[in-house]
Amino acid sequence: MAETATHDAHATSTGLSNVKLGMWLFLGSECLLFGGLISTYMLYRGRVSDGPTPEQIYDIPFTSVSSFVLLMSSLTMVLAVSAAQKRDDRGTNLWLTVTALLGATFVGGQVYEFTAFYNEGLGFTTSLFGSSFYTLTGFHGVHVTVGIIMLLAFVAINKRSRVPGSKSEAVEMIGLYWHFVDIVWIIIFTLVYLIPV
Amino acid sequence: MAIIERPAPNVIVPALPAGAPAITPTRTFGALKRPVASTGWKSWLFTVDHKKLGLMYGAVAMFFFIVGGLEAVLIRLQLAAPEGKVLNADLYNQMFTMHATTMVFLFVMPMAAGFANYFVPLQIGARDVAFPRINAFGFWCLLAGGIVVNLAWFLGGAADGGWFMYAPNSGPVFSPSRGVDFWTLGLQIAGIASLTGAINLIVTVLNMRAPGMTLMKMPVFTWLITVVQFLLLFAIPVITVALFLLTFQRSFGAQFFDVAAGADPLLWQHLFWIFGHPEVYVLILPSFGIVSEVLPVFSRKPLFGYPFVVFSGAAIGFVGWGVWAHHMFASGLGPVSVAVFSVATMAIAVPTGVKIINWTLTMWGGKLVFSTAMKFSVGLIVLFTIGGLSGVTHSVAPSDTQQTDTYYIVAHFHYVLFGGAIFGLFSGFYYWWPKMFGKMLNERLGSWNFWFMVIGMNMTFGPMHILGLQGQPRRMYQWTEARAGEGFFNIAFWNLVASIGSLVLTFGILLFLINIVVTARSKVRAPLDPWNARSLEWMTSSPPKEHNFDSIPHVHHLDEFFHRKYEEDPVTHTMREVATAEQVLAELERNADTHIHMPSPSYWPLVLATGLPIVALGILYSIPVAIVGGLVILYAIYGWSLEPSVAVDSDYEGPSSNGHAVGATHG
Repeated sequence: MAETATHDAHATSTGLSNVKLGMWLFLGSECLLFGGLISTYMLYRGRVSDGPTPEQIYDIPFTSVSSFVLLMSSLTMVLAVSAAQKRDDRGTNLWLTVTALLGATFVGGQVYEFTAFYNEGLGFTTSLFGSSFYTLTGFHGVHVTVGIIMLLAFVAINKRSRVPGSKSEAVEMIGLYWHFVDIVWIIIFTLVYLIPV
Repeated sequence: MAIIERPAPNVIVPALPAGAPAITPTRTFGALKRPVASTGWKSWLFTVDHKKLGLMYGAVAMFFFIVGGLEAVLIRLQLAAPEGKVLNADLYNQMFTMHATTMVFLFVMPMAAGFANYFVPLQIGARDVAFPRINAFGFWCLLAGGIVVNLAWFLGGAADGGWFMYAPNSGPVFSPSRGVDFWTLGLQIAGIASLTGAINLIVTVLNMRAPGMTLMKMPVFTWLITVVQFLLLFAIPVITVALFLLTFQRSFGAQFFDVAAGADPLLWQHLFWIFGHPEVYVLILPSFGIVSEVLPVFSRKPLFGYPFVVFSGAAIGFVGWGVWAHHMFASGLGPVSVAVFSVATMAIAVPTGVKIINWTLTMWGGKLVFSTAMKFSVGLIVLFTIGGLSGVTHSVAPSDTQQTDTYYIVAHFHYVLFGGAIFGLFSGFYYWWPKMFGKMLNERLGSWNFWFMVIGMNMTFGPMHILGLQGQPRRMYQWTEARAGEGFFNIAFWNLVASIGSLVLTFGILLFLINIVVTARSKVRAPLDPWNARSLEWMTSSPPKEHNFDSIPHVHHLDEFFHRKYEEDPVTHTMREVATAEQVLAELERNADTHIHMPSPSYWPLVLATGLPIVALGILYSIPVAIVGGLVILYAIYGWSLEPSVAVDSDYEGPSSNGHAVGATHG
């Protein structure tokens, strides 16, 4: 990100900055990644040759709560972007940290859920359902984790005032990624947990 | 070299300004000081210059072209006579798998990426791509991926499941060596190159065009490269999923393709071809773009029906997503699916046909100049049309059911990929060589190069139509005398012809390599505008300066460079020359920008890309190694994100700037 980032934003042919346009394209590509994983899960969710079936192990109330926590993190992300645009460093760092904590709560819930499922007999290699469930939700969990690392890294760098380029744009980019990951979870939660096989 | 201080205007400057400031990195970013070498091997290793990276893509692709070509020759030697003994069955499987993998992923794609990297910024009047460091990262990923895929040759045998690697056939039961593991992980890494390259070039084209260059004034090459990048953007994640599933199956015991556990063997086929069919347009469209540049220049006419060429290219990009299952007609999809995909496949022949007609009419009535570049372009039109017609016969599902897995298919895709994609790339070599290196490839050798390749290619792949219709299956490592048949259509004769043809073809390509050496040794400099070209990449020195253009041109026309050289006579309505190329350049020089910010070299792309193969090898051999690779990646990202892509002025000793930053880019 160049020192002239804001200057450049006006100079581009589309009016969008390069970084923002690039991020939107990347997220478009990510849609196809999750599309492929979700399709695989939908194909295989009813194929249980061994081990528990989806209805036997899903704990809808628990996952609903952790989903709610993740969705709330989108709200705090918006507050962080808004603070960054007002050049409010304290507010930015605060809301980014809260967002990261909410994300970490979600990932923690996922770790707990995976452990519980494993103890109930659903391993990665148990059945087609198991392989595709862990792959899909695992990929999403990794995406959330990458987001948490970005959030915390930004806060750490920001505290030492070493952010190269435009701060508010960097926060906005992390925000775009974060919202995307949340939206993907809404789709996964609906398709995987709520719709019966 | 990141900030270019230009001496006073009106002085013609050689490739690099002599008065550049002394550069000393005064700040550390991350843990390493910024690299500053502008000459020598370090200037290549840490470069973010799109032109250097383009050449590096080209050099790596050329190396793999030779590797893939030798693999092909071994295949043809094996099949030249009955009961071939050159290769055993296992080695033959590896050979055809790696031949296709190398040619598709490690030659045609990176060579097209090299041309795109080099010429898209020049054609749109930009000074670099949008994300120069990501560009460098992409190149190193490609190289790392190519190395990982080929490493398997030395570590227990290469991949052996065919380039489409159908699961469950590619599972551990039928493919027990590590070859497939290297293949999946290597392609995964090479895929990162395509994905980052796609994002980079799309942003570059959409955001960084010179003032006045609307989308419909962009050169066709840039247009078709843009279509290709959109195809890659959405196709690469699908193969990424497929490769992950196969890796998880083979390395971690997942069941995705385990039919005994109820898996659907069509899952892989669908995922692969949803990627794989857009992929064939990824391979051919860059060559279509090159031909659309070359034909007008050597016909001395504008491209016939520019909007039709552009929109038919975009139409191919869209319809290309709806035809993937024509690769699966024999897999029992059911009549409705087969009918739908059959019709869609027939439909996609239409925009391709539109292009053929446009090219032909571009030549119609033109003052044709048969340079080597032109010969290869005309060769493409003819050979691709032959391949296109056999392709239409595949779209008819009942006919395809006969042809599936025979040499007829092999004949088809070699006519479109060799006669199409590779002839287009060769046309690009001869056309753009003087631009890239300041020297013309030898035209006499070029002519021999062309004719040996045309004759060799038709001798090799033409007989395969007959072989296929006679029923010779693909991927069989031997054929027997007893079943060769008799008379004109006996496969023994035609297999021998094809094998001799492959040697003729090899000799043709050897002539090209000789031509490169001869040209490199020659001292004759190419003229500034050797072909009387039309587009912006010719409106700068050869090879271009690091900052591409002294001043960013304002664009008023499609074929801007041509319109600066020629004007229409109001009385006779003919074009007459009003300025030479040298005069056009001198005009740009007079208005030169004095303070140009260029993206600075960086260590991080190389460090980051080094982490990926370490992770891949770690997954296969020892998880702690993978963790080390992961740490390298984290370290690189840390250094990368703290490093501004354009060095700040305080990084440099030298005249402090009060000028205006121009052409700065992100990354």
